[in-house]
Amino acid sequence: MAFPSFLKTLLLGLLLALPLTAAHADEAELREILGGFAQARNFKDVETVIEALGKTGDSNAAPALRALNDGNLQVRADDKTVVIVTRRGGQEVMVDPLTDEVIAPTQGVTLDKVKIKNSIRRLIADALSGLTLMADNPDVRISAANTMFQNADESQLEALEAALAEEENARVRSRMEQARAAILLKFSSDEKTRIEAVDTIVSRGDREALALLNGYVGQTEGALRTRIEAGIGSIQDVQAFWNMGQNVWYGISLGSVLFLAAIGLAITFGVMGVINMAHGEMVMLGAYTTFVVQQIMRDYAPDALNYSLAIALPAAFLVAGLAGLIIERGIIRFLYGRPLETLLATWGVSLILQQAVRTIFGPTNREVSNPSWMSGAFELGQLSITWNRMWIVVFALGVFVVLLLVINRTRLGLFMRAVTQNRRMASAMGIRTPWVDALTFALGSGIAGIAGVALSQIDNVSPNLGQGYIIDSFMVVVFGGVGNLWGTLVGGLTLGIANKFLEPFAGAVFGKILVLIFIILFIQRRPRGLFAMRGRAVEQ
Amino acid sequence: MILARFFAGGFRSPLVVAGMVIILALAVLVPVLNLAVPRGSAFHMPDYLVPLIGKYLCYALLALALDLVWGFCGILSLGHAAFFALGGYAMGMYLMRQIGSRGVYGNPDLPDFMVFLNWKELPWYWYGFDSFAFAMLMVVLVPGILALVFGWFAFRSRVTGVYLSIITQAMTFALMLAFFRNEMGFGGNNGLTDFKDIVGFDIAAQSTRVGLFIISAAALIIGLVITSAVINSKYGKILAAVRDAESRTRFLGYRPENIKLIAFVLSAVIAGIAGALYVPQVGIINPGEFEPANSIEVVVWTAVGGRATLVGPIAGAFLVNAGKSWFTGVLPEYWLFALGGLFIFVTLFMPKGIMGLLGLVRRRKSTPVDEMSPDARADIAPNAAEQQQ
Amino acid sequence: MSKATSILYLDGVSVSFDGFKAINNLSLTLDPGEMRAIIGPNGAGKTTMMDIITGKTRPDEGEVYFNGTIDLTRHDEAEIAMFGIGRKFQKPTVFESQTVEDNLLLSLKGERRGFPALFYRKSKEDAAAIDEILGTIRLEARRKDLAANLSHGQKQWLEIGMLLAQDPKVLLVDEPVAGMTDAETEETARLLKEIAKTHSVIVVEHDMHFVRELGVKVTCLHEGSVLAEGTLDHVSADKRVIEVYLGR
Repeated sequence: MAFPSFLKTLLLGLLLALPLTAAHADEAELREILGGFAQARNFKDVETVIEALGKTGDSNAAPALRALNDGNLQVRADDKTVVIVTRRGGQEVMVDPLTDEVIAPTQGVTLDKVKIKNSIRRLIADALSGLTLMADNPDVRISAANTMFQNADESQLEALEAALAEEENARVRSRMEQARAAILLKFSSDEKTRIEAVDTIVSRGDREALALLNGYVGQTEGALRTRIEAGIGSIQDVQAFWNMGQNVWYGISLGSVLFLAAIGLAITFGVMGVINMAHGEMVMLGAYTTFVVQQIMRDYAPDALNYSLAIALPAAFLVAGLAGLIIERGIIRFLYGRPLETLLATWGVSLILQQAVRTIFGPTNREVSNPSWMSGAFELGQLSITWNRMWIVVFALGVFVVLLLVINRTRLGLFMRAVTQNRRMASAMGIRTPWVDALTFALGSGIAGIAGVALSQIDNVSPNLGQGYIIDSFMVVVFGGVGNLWGTLVGGLTLGIANKFLEPFAGAVFGKILVLIFIILFIQRRPRGLFAMRGRAVEQ
Repeated sequence: MILARFFAGGFRSPLVVAGMVIILALAVLVPVLNLAVPRGSAFHMPDYLVPLIGKYLCYALLALALDLVWGFCGILSLGHAAFFALGGYAMGMYLMRQIGSRGVYGNPDLPDFMVFLNWKELPWYWYGFDSFAFAMLMVVLVPGILALVFGWFAFRSRVTGVYLSIITQAMTFALMLAFFRNEMGFGGNNGLTDFKDIVGFDIAAQSTRVGLFIISAAALIIGLVITSAVINSKYGKILAAVRDAESRTRFLGYRPENIKLIAFVLSAVIAGIAGALYVPQVGIINPGEFEPANSIEVVVWTAVGGRATLVGPIAGAFLVNAGKSWFTGVLPEYWLFALGGLFIFVTLFMPKGIMGLLGLVRRRKSTPVDEMSPDARADIAPNAAEQQQ
Repeated sequence: MSKATSILYLDGVSVSFDGFKAINNLSLTLDPGEMRAIIGPNGAGKTTMMDIITGKTRPDEGEVYFNGTIDLTRHDEAEIAMFGIGRKFQKPTVFESQTVEDNLLLSLKGERRGFPALFYRKSKEDAAAIDEILGTIRLEARRKDLAANLSHGQKQWLEIGMLLAQDPKVLLVDEPVAGMTDAETEETARLLKEIAKTHSVIVVEHDMHFVRELGVKVTCLHEGSVLAEGTLDHVSADKRVIEVYLGR
């Protein structure tokens, strides 16, 4: 049975395609056709105009047709202009049907409604689907197909099949086929056709398909029903998969934020053993540096604002690194070997920095703009991925790789490792250990500043910015294992993903509490973290 | 007999006895100056000062609790505000139940915020808080049990030093997040407030305030006696031994985890009592009390006064908070600068606090590890990661 | 020399850190009342061996028995100390912020729980025991001084005193004379010999004069296992011992 039905479709499609393939009418032509409504004397004339509009294949005619359907397409009595009557800004106005521009309020104007009847409504629907299904923009065509999918209407089947025959874009095509399947499932009397339709709908695999099929479970029986139920099952599996994917993505995204916030700490705390409670404020300094850089560029180079982050990155590194250098030389170097005192003194530094920023920039959030290439989102399967998150993940990985190279490949990295492993020996070899301490601390602080640039893109830039990250950062470093950059990476990602997987059934806040409790228990099991150093030295 | 001898140990140190006398004088002087001296006299104490100094007394008790674990046992707890707040919440729950039908919604069984959230009945954990005795039991038990469970896990797995500090901070942070949630049933963001009376006395009456003041002073003196007795006992010597050389005590057959646990639980209970006395005097308890910053402030009071001296932290709590009151009145923007500066100054230049400056602490002649040059220290702890162990 | 009659029995013990074998198939037996001197170059595993006996380090394999019946690998430091194994560390570790007297009080055999210590009162017997030990280690005059203020040698002695106060069955003594003057060394040897009359003792020491003075059986460790065992003369005549330790 399928073959003749296919032939019929093909034939119909060819027939309909002829007028529809005609190039788009220009605006003047459209306006002329639309003018027909003003001249129409009877329903027959109106039908002719609708058909003519449909034949243009220009989706610009769609608003007029929709207005006609709703009884809002009217003719001004004095100059016979065709307008759409609608409400804008609290009053009834006349709008141009093609440009959507407001002409004038309706007050004091005599208008005649273009009259239609039910048979004409059907004609309008056909013409409309045809118009949008043939639109230039594939996204418009997809959304037309999606509308059809959701409100399956037998009368649109022909137009749909016509468009389908014409369609070359694979994405649009599959959407159209799904819409066609939805219509067939609803209206076809042939069981086999309906079963095939179910399969097509199942292949869509999203929530809409699930909702649609759920609606049929109660209305069908036999093989079809079994098929639908199987289909629902498989869509749910697909959904579960994508949900997990979305969670993993959110987790990776949160994890890279945590990683960025913690990586500077992994150097100062992990490598040097210095507890820097002002670490969060280094991040904050980076974020405010971004703000200042953007302010200056707004005044002097507004065109280059899109590249402000390229300037903010080195600036933030320098500002935070310098702050770190001053803290190390001024305070921390007197407290080496006294971790608890270091903790308290740096907490004092953090209070001072917070208040200083509050005094200079005010206590409220400052606006940091996203460059255009960081705004918006894109779709990956059923995942929606925002560009700013995407770039932060990429950026975090970049920072990680650079730091690994710095520590493993540069002279400073070599000195750092030498000093942390055996300070006296390093000193005897002629390494200036105080100098290495200061540079290492500055490096860790500078990295925190860079993290601040990234965080300014997704978080509020306020004096409390750092406080929000300090506990999380410590958790990441401690969880990952002190003195190990890989541990910090894995720790950050693990905690990020764990957070996001707990959120759906525990709630955001409670999920965070659970993660904290988990880490507290974890530290008690393995006090040295995930990637612990082991050896005789550590045992003692 | 045994108990009498134990408490007698509390009076052995002249410094502690002097502290007690001063607090006692305060407990007598403030009520007299406020109630007996006529208004308008130069010696009259304004009404607002009574709960203010009362608040300082509670802070002093909290600092004393911290000194017991930090000064004498080397546990730098950054979570003592949690025990303080839990004691406060237990008291707040009792005070809430006392409001009865006098709330805005007039519901005799449910506190206002529950009516507002459309709750139909009292959650089970609110049962019993209409009884003062039960609430007081909870003031002691809830912080005590939290400290017991937390400490048992932490000490048994040999988490020490900064690691312990950081997880105590995480503990209070997690509790803060939890108490901010409306679903927890503790009033969420707003906490518990609008109290009416306490064991039948109008909470806003000046006589009640003076009464609470005297009780707070008494609690501080008793706290001083008990902590002083504890550290003067043989247990106190073991505690100091654990602080100075934890692993060495194991080879003598001690279990440092159990030794520390006793002090930690006792300290949490004292902090809880301080919180319970604090709430009726300030009239509110909210999740902000759990903030990690609060716990660290307690540390600076203790450090300013001089840790491991018992009376030092009390003096520190008074001085820092008086400074805070003065600053927030005169130069509110500069308070955090002053506090931050204080943290740095005390750790760099006053490691023994005010008590050290006054020469009231017995000094060791030899060089402790922390005063050595970095290179000499490297002998003892050649690896940075090791220092954390 | 069997497990059943020994006070301390190690058999086939190995432990490694990150692939480095600190102890390699070590076997050693100590009889009740015996004093044994352990010598060996740095890194021979002397301290690690003590760590294993006192429960600080768990061996990867092998048996460690106390009194022939107690498997020490199943117990932690505090339990092992309570069985009666005392240890003196290489670097003297006394409680610096406490007085000499209190250091001994804390070490005195007996109750180790926290709560009873809250209500402890010094008994006549305890006071007498402390006085006696103070006499033995010659620190009567400094009983009220902070341990931090003692000289290095005095700290070593105080730690030996703390060992005595514990009254253990076995004493593990790690380099007791390091940093001592000759006179002090001699005095320490006399003290240890006195102690050995009533206790089993293992002494780790580099000072060969001191070991000779002790006049006991010697075990030489090298790379985590026993290189030679016997009298000092026998061991110091061993070619391999000369090669790795004593030098030609």
